[in-house]
Amino acid sequence: MSVKFKPSRILFVASIVFYVFIVLGILLTVVLNSLSKGWFSGVLPPYLTTEWYAYAANDHDIPSLLGVTFTVVIADVLISLLIAFPAAYVLARHEFKGKALLLSAFLLPMIVPPMTYGLPLAMLAYKVHIAARVIGVVIVNLVPIVPFMVLVLLPFIEQVGTNLESAAKMLGANRWTIFRRVLVPLTVPGILTASILSLVKAISMFDLTYLVAGGNSQTIVVALYADAYAAGARPPQAVDALAVLYFLIAMTCLIIALKFVSPTQMVFKLK
Amino acid sequence: MKDFKKISVRNMTKRFGEKIAVNDFSLEFGKGEFVTFLGPSGCGKSTALNCITGLIPITGGEIWIDDECIDDSKNKVSPEKREFGMVFQNYALFPHLSVRENVAFGLKLRHIRHAEIAQRVEAALKLVHLDGYGSKFPSQMSGGEQQRVAIARCIVLEPRLLLLDEPLSNLDAKLRVELRYELKALHERLKVTTIYVTHDQTEALALSDRIVVLRLGRIQQVGTPSEVFSDPSNLFVADFMGFKNMWTAKVESLSAKGERLEATLDAQGLKLVASLAWPEGDSRRAVIEEAHRTGQPMRTAVRPEDISLAPRGSHNSFECAASIVEYQGQASQVSATVTATAGPGLEALRVDLRSGTLISEGEVFSASIPPEKLLLFPATESAAEASRWTP
Amino acid sequence: MRGAAGRGIVPLLIPALIFLVLLFLYPFAYGLFLSFTSAKGQFTFGNYLRFFSDARDFRTILVTLQISVPVTLFNVALAVPFAYYMRRGIKGERIITFFLIVPITLGTVLISEGMLTFMGPAGWFNQLLMALHIVKDPFQFTHNYLGVVISLALQGFPYAFLMLLGYVSGINPDLEKASQMLGANKWQTFWKILFPLMVPGIAIAFSLNFVMAFSVFPSAVLLGQPSGPTRVIAIAAYQWAFEKFNFNAASAISMVMAAIELIVISVVLVWRNRMYKGATMVGKG
Repeated sequence: MSVKFKPSRILFVASIVFYVFIVLGILLTVVLNSLSKGWFSGVLPPYLTTEWYAYAANDHDIPSLLGVTFTVVIADVLISLLIAFPAAYVLARHEFKGKALLLSAFLLPMIVPPMTYGLPLAMLAYKVHIAARVIGVVIVNLVPIVPFMVLVLLPFIEQVGTNLESAAKMLGANRWTIFRRVLVPLTVPGILTASILSLVKAISMFDLTYLVAGGNSQTIVVALYADAYAAGARPPQAVDALAVLYFLIAMTCLIIALKFVSPTQMVFKLK
Repeated sequence: MKDFKKISVRNMTKRFGEKIAVNDFSLEFGKGEFVTFLGPSGCGKSTALNCITGLIPITGGEIWIDDECIDDSKNKVSPEKREFGMVFQNYALFPHLSVRENVAFGLKLRHIRHAEIAQRVEAALKLVHLDGYGSKFPSQMSGGEQQRVAIARCIVLEPRLLLLDEPLSNLDAKLRVELRYELKALHERLKVTTIYVTHDQTEALALSDRIVVLRLGRIQQVGTPSEVFSDPSNLFVADFMGFKNMWTAKVESLSAKGERLEATLDAQGLKLVASLAWPEGDSRRAVIEEAHRTGQPMRTAVRPEDISLAPRGSHNSFECAASIVEYQGQASQVSATVTATAGPGLEALRVDLRSGTLISEGEVFSASIPPEKLLLFPATESAAEASRWTP
Repeated sequence: MRGAAGRGIVPLLIPALIFLVLLFLYPFAYGLFLSFTSAKGQFTFGNYLRFFSDARDFRTILVTLQISVPVTLFNVALAVPFAYYMRRGIKGERIITFFLIVPITLGTVLISEGMLTFMGPAGWFNQLLMALHIVKDPFQFTHNYLGVVISLALQGFPYAFLMLLGYVSGINPDLEKASQMLGANKWQTFWKILFPLMVPGIAIAFSLNFVMAFSVFPSAVLLGQPSGPTRVIAIAAYQWAFEKFNFNAASAISMVMAAIELIVISVVLVWRNRMYKGATMVGKG
């Protein structure tokens, strides 16, 4: 088949190339800058060095940052799953008054800006002394993740027909057995998708974490922001070294995630 | 509407990569004709239809309307300029427009005066018995009503050619029959040239002036409904048209009986006589004579409806034992095994027939086949292969 | 459907309800309460009056709208033709969507940090522009309004695009064919059929993109001039809460934020309903 050079095609390809150039440029700059010495002009840095990584490691308690980040992300995914799965199950299986209202209530935390409920939530967290602690970070980050999970899980559960459950019931299985032996195994793809999508989302969550994190409960993103904010306090290359660490973690998760889900699933689902 | 005498499709071919969806398709049809493309799913009938509309670009061949070439696989008149109308299986009504706006859509594009549009839309809706539905939205209507809107939306433009792609297959059985009847009446009235695509032989037989049977992208047979029904051109068409009993048979003797040719056959031990309506000079005579001379087996085919219960010993009869009986009201569908008394080694021979009298399972009875209902085909392909294409 | 699994399963909703009330509704109500309370705990409109009469704070609304409205319009306006172009899938779709999802996954902080160098005076972007003789001297892309807008476009565009792509590819392709068969060319089919059908998707994409842009925070600090031209409303709220420790004033600002977003989203929904009457009709599809 011959390639046709229609103006729309040229425009499209040019825009994509331009966009990819910017994204790649930003990422490569961060990586290269973190390895550079004396790069004030020119296309490439004159010298390469790993000293900024040593600097960053010295500057931050990296194991703590990693520990907090992974604890928060994994805990949030697991807790959200425990809350969201039963809720999604009821919403998929049972018609009741106020169901539409409940569904929109679940949507709200996803469309209201984090600052709006995040500020009072942070104040409450300080009041009950969970702020600046890992548990506080875990709890506030649940707010956008749980609804997101409910929405992702809902179609998966609806897909599993009720007749399988009825069949199991006819065979004498009780409700818990049905849940454990029929429903959960059949919704594994949904659980997997929801978990992965939430994981990717949780890693880059900044606003809420920033409002409650402190001292030893910082995640990498928050530490990165704090470093970038206090720009004069340390060389920018050292900030980029930390950025590369974060970048590697986020990209690893993204690449693993894309083995299971498609990019369109990562944004808010339109019905 | 531009007038025309005939549309000719010449050697139309469509490839999708390695796969050939439509293969060397040639057909001519005259103005006012109702032509049906019939075949199982995947036979290329829908692709052929879409190629004629121009929605799918063709890889080879030409399409002509009288002496105007609308597509020669390199240059084509784009679909919106062909003045064809198309009705889709899933109706494809515009959900954001009311029924009236849907029907008026094409007229508005043609910059017709408001008053005329309104009048033509009402007339078209009336024609499909939907007067008064104008301000409804598609989502408020039943499937049958939606399909009527889709038909009205096409005929209001008085298209040169109306194409319907399995328009009834999303409807339930009762509505399907109703709308089929209306389609027929509409065609009688408007005489718009129509191509109709379906996998349902009943629809094809009921509606068409001519039927085009397709398989694997190739035309198998073109003929009037009665030709296709009673004289299928090959085993595949026979199988598709309901010749369920297909046996391998050897030709034992041949004799000409006027315009017909009478053949005695040995179908795995079962002796049968076939009276073939092949006039002198029919090429099929040469094939059977060749088979007779070489002892090459052929395939014989007969419809269950054409086998009847008969007194023992009557012409062209044999004994069999009913194994499965399905009561279907008017008659029963009987599946039986030809019994050993009819000849040796016949246990494997299965026969399907319809019986007006009740037969119980296991009962032994005698059945006969009218010789003129028994067809004979070259055994170029196995029945199993042919039946794979039954939907 | 009713009672497919019995009424007995309703208690399974309890954890989610507790979550919703405790972590979302209660904080929200608490914020609302704080915003109408003085530091001494008395009812007052003072927090709001203070915000609207403080020129520096009040200006943040304008500043934020000046950033968020153009960037959202840009993102959605660009996402519509792109989604339309890719609606049936194209070659290299996977790699393109991968590059689109990257900025979303990485988050604002990393993108902002990267932009500081990449688009800085000595960065590759300026080097390229100068090599192509588009500019003579390095162009100022960071530490100003433009920097914030670019960062929001880099993340908002893919978001809007991927959302609309999912939406457009869900539109029955036969509708386009039907329109064409009725005599409409590509342009007419787009404006009369596809665009109206995309309106609900566009409305949601616009709303979510706007929420994201309106609550911009880290990139306004890192890439903008947080003390002046890009002092957005979220910065004001944050400063009152964590620099001046006046939670009442901060709550009032966050409520103003919510109110403005509500107004914008309502406007979008009204537009949607006027454009797309078919969708509001209930019934089977």
